[in-house]
Parts: sequence; structure tokens; C-alpha cells
Amino acid sequence: MTATPSPTLAGRVVAVLLHPASAIVGLALVVVAAQVFGQSFWTTLATRAAILALAALSLGFVLGQGGLVSFGHAAPFGIGAYVVLIAGEAGIRDVFALVPLAFLGAAAFAAPTGALALRTRGVYFIMITLAFAQMAYFVFSALSAYGGDDGMSIVGRATVFGVKLFRNDANLAWLAIGLLAAVSLFLHGTVHARFGHVLRAARDNEARTAALGFSVFRTRLVAHVLAAGFAGIAGALMAEQTGFVSPALMNWHRSGELIVMVVLGGSRRLSGAVLGAIAVVLVEEFLGATTEYWKLGLGLIILAVVAGRVADLGRLVGRRG
Amino acid sequence: MSFTLLLVQILNGLQFGVILFLVAAGLTLVFGVMDFVNLAHGVQYMVGAYLTATAVAATGHFGLGLLVGLAAALVLGLVMEMVLFRHLTRRDHLEQVLATFGVILVATDGVKMIFGPAPIALAVPEALSGSVALMPGLLYPVWRLVIIASGLFVAFLLWFLITRTRIGMLVRAGSTHPEMVSALGVDIDRLFLFVFAFGAMLAGFSGAMAGPILSVEPHMGDTVLILAFVVIVIGGIGSVRGALVASLIVGLVDTLGRAFATDLLRLVVDRSSAAQAGPAIASMAIYLFMAAVLIFKPSGLFTGERATWTK
Repeated sequence: MTATPSPTLAGRVVAVLLHPASAIVGLALVVVAAQVFGQSFWTTLATRAAILALAALSLGFVLGQGGLVSFGHAAPFGIGAYVVLIAGEAGIRDVFALVPLAFLGAAAFAAPTGALALRTRGVYFIMITLAFAQMAYFVFSALSAYGGDDGMSIVGRATVFGVKLFRNDANLAWLAIGLLAAVSLFLHGTVHARFGHVLRAARDNEARTAALGFSVFRTRLVAHVLAAGFAGIAGALMAEQTGFVSPALMNWHRSGELIVMVVLGGSRRLSGAVLGAIAVVLVEEFLGATTEYWKLGLGLIILAVVAGRVADLGRLVGRRG
Repeated sequence: MSFTLLLVQILNGLQFGVILFLVAAGLTLVFGVMDFVNLAHGVQYMVGAYLTATAVAATGHFGLGLLVGLAAALVLGLVMEMVLFRHLTRRDHLEQVLATFGVILVATDGVKMIFGPAPIALAVPEALSGSVALMPGLLYPVWRLVIIASGLFVAFLLWFLITRTRIGMLVRAGSTHPEMVSALGVDIDRLFLFVFAFGAMLAGFSGAMAGPILSVEPHMGDTVLILAFVVIVIGGIGSVRGALVASLIVGLVDTLGRAFATDLLRLVVDRSSAAQAGPAIASMAIYLFMAAVLIFKPSGLFTGERATWTK
């Protein structure tokens, strides 16, 4: 028996299920099962879930820990995908080059736009991140050399030292899940390091944090750029999986969906974003299979969740009109 | 790049700016008075166009259809505020973003279900469908002139409402000192309801006016919404005057940029790279302008005078 104070079996099961690692282990098990039962569709679904979980995780880091509601996270995601396309056209296909390049490409976009957006607060920050993401969308739509509005197929999946390892869907799934696990570990460490404490302190009381001698702006900018970089890696993986890159990847609805994933899963914990992403991918898959209007269903779920939260708090603090 | 073409593009830019102003005016007041992020404002624009198109088709008369469409947009705004938005006004921005994004998803797919994903027809009224010669060799569609005129009229109306009426005084006071206003016995929630519904109607009006020249389709609100955000950021939250100036700037910069960027670039670089880079630079122009404003005035051009025209 362990000394943890879990009174019931059900409570313990829930605790295990909500453990940050469970979702990732679960995705890995799905891939294993897919191999055993020969269901390639499960592999595709698990890969997609892992990719969007990585993007949502990076957003959850700035949004949950930093309190920065970025409504432009689709932009670094899409830029990561375009890095794969453009590097591929230039003959660079090795995964050890593509992943860092995707990170750097997205970070290079996020550093100047983030530095500008972080000059503002609240509503302004939301609108400005959205506006800059839309700028990226239109710029890539105008790049006729890379397919313009319609987008373009990538030359082929990434290689490892010249070996076309990722032709096999399962290997790509392992890459996505592995990167998700690595980034989770890294962000977990960051959150519990001094940096994470400063980031949360700035979220809760900016003036006091600044008075303690920390640079709130620099901390937030680093978090913002880091998150964008990881979103770029997710975008690169998405390009690898679908083999196709278009501006639609950075449509602002994707930014909204990433926020939905983070909030549905719970923004205070890092693992929430991963669970939220998996939930939304499942909703998309199963509602999408029954009706083409699956976004209506997603919208209703969002409204129900918000209504629940509003009602809950109303009961706790008494009615405030 | 002849003079006539330049003039036509300037008029097009003004007309686009006016459309943006009609959307941004309501949005900026809702931001200013209630500090409320309403992503679903683009939905009001889109639904306004659909309602008007339906009413015009049913009545066979544009003016009558427009009135019915506007009334319906106003009612929709009232209902949305009472059912959903009033519960969100004092909450986190994150929750407002989430809820209004949910509204977008539901409304966009709802409209797709009812009207289909393809654009529906909304014709310019017969009497205003022609063109007039503004000067020799310059024919310009009457409807676009009507849009410009009606936008400037709404700007005047808003100026009058905000600076010359009791309700405008309350809106001004409510945007800077909500607690004090409500302590003086004003029902601030009702004030918000009024501002919100009026803003919704203006957005609907904008959609109805733009409907005949753009296309009436489920995603028509998306682009306008984000440009309205840019307008508000440039103009300053809560400032209707800022919204007016900024929307005209954004309309002109965007339209002229798209029309002339490639030609201008050709003066400095060769033909093919100009054709490549021109459209990309043109689409960045308004965002770069926004960035420049942010560097020098982080809270917009017309700050410190929230929801007002004059200081």
C-alpha cells in the first residue's frame, strides 16, 4: 500500500487517468494496438491527436502559466508546416534539420510580433495576436511560388540520414508521440523551475513581480517564443502527416480551436491541454463521421461548458447580476 | 497608374473603410463600456446580410427588406445579450473568447444548414444599380456611393447620440466610471444591453449594405471581424472617433496597397520579383501600420477619451 491519501478506488483510477503521462502512454498504446490489429486508421488518428496535443500543450503553457490569451497560435503552427514545405523544395529533408528549423522559423515570427503584442494587456493582446496571425495567413496566401491560396504538396516525408523511415505511418506516429513526450517533460521542468514560478507570479500579480526585480516583459516574451517554437514543431509534423501545406493550416479558427482544447482540458495544469486536444480530435472524428456540421456540435459543447462554469461560480460567490 | 484609376481606388478604399467603420463602431463601444471581447460581432454582420437578403426576397422591395432585416438584427442582438453575453461581462476575457467563439461555430454552421454553404443572392435595388459619371471618363457605381454616404450619416448620428443626448452621456460616463454611474442609480446592465443591441444592428446594417457587392456567405464575417479588430487597436478601444479615422485609414491602405504595390515595387526591383513580393507586401500593409501605431502609441491613436468624440 502506498501512503497517498486516495480514499476510494475510483478516486485512484481518476488520479491515474489524469496523470500527465497517461494520455501520452494511451496514445502510444493505441499505436501498438493499431499495429497488432492492422488498423492503420487508428495510427492516423493517434498521430493527429498527438500533433494537435503538442500544439495545444504549447499554447496551454503561455495561456495557463503565463495568463497570456494568445489568439494567434495557428500562425506559428502553420509556419512550422511551411518550413517543411520550403526546406523540402530546397532539398532539406532530414528530420534532424527540419524539427529545429520549424522551431526556429516559428520562433522568428513570434519574437518581433510577441514583443509588440506584449506591450499591451488584456483585450488588446488578444486582438493583436489575432491580427498578426491573420497577417501571416495573408502573406502565405500571397506566396505564389509555394502554391498561394491553394497550398502545395511537400516533396516527401522526412528522412533520417537519408533513410526514408517515415514512409511508414507508424514510425511517424512514434515521432509525433516521442516529440510530444519530450516537450511535455521539458515544459514540466520549466513550469517547476524558477522561470515557471516567475511566469505564474507575473500572471497573478504583475506589479509585485516587477517590484521583486524580475523582468515581466522578458519572462513573458521567452515563454511566448518558446510556445511558438513548439507549435512550429507541431505544424511541421502536421505537414509530414498530411503531405500537404496550405494557408488553411493557419486559419484563425484553428487558433480558436486550440484555445478550446486548452480550456476544455483545464488551463491550470499542463496535461489539461493534452487531454483537451484528444477530446476535441475525438469529437471531430465521431461527430464528423455522422454530420458535416460537426462544428455546430463543438460550438454547443463549448457553450455548455461555459454555461456550466458561469453557473458554478454564480453559486459559489452568490449572484452578481 | 492613371489619375482616374487612382481616384476609383480611393473611392473603393473609402467605401471599404465605411463598411469597416459600421462594424467597428459597435464593437469598440462594447469593448469600451463593458471591457468585453466579442468575437461574435462578425456573426452579427453575416446574419444581418442573410436576414436582409431573406426579407428582400420575401417582400420584393429592398428598402422594406432592409428595414425588416435591421429590426431582426436588433432583436437578435437583444436576445443574444440577454441569453448569453450579460452573464459574461464581468468574467475573464478567456471565457468571453471561448463563449463567443462557440457562438461563431454554432452560427456559421447553423447558417450553412439553413441556407447552404454557397453564397446567396442580394441584388442592388433597381434605382441604385447604375453608375454615374463623376468626371469625364470616370464611371462609378451608385451603390458604392450610397454606402459611403450612409456610413458618413451613421458616423454623424453616433456623434450626435454620444455627445448630445442623455443616453450618450451615460455611455461616456459608463465607459470611464461604471461603479460611479451605477451608484448614481443608473442600471448599467440595461445601458450595456442598449449599446450591445445597437452595435449588433449597425453590424447587421453593414452586412446588408456590403451584401450586394461582396457575397453573402457563411464566412463573410470572419475577414471583417479581424479587420475591425485592427481598426479598434489603431483607433483606441472605446473611441468612436478613433474607429472612424482608423477604418478609413485601413480601408484606404488596404485597397490602395493591393491595387498599386506591385506597380510601385516594379520601380525598384525587376518585374518577376515585384509580381511575387507585391501581393505579400500589400497584405501586410495594414498590419505593419498597426505595429507602427503600437510602437508609438500602445493604446491606440485616440486614447484617454474612451467612447467619446471630444475630450
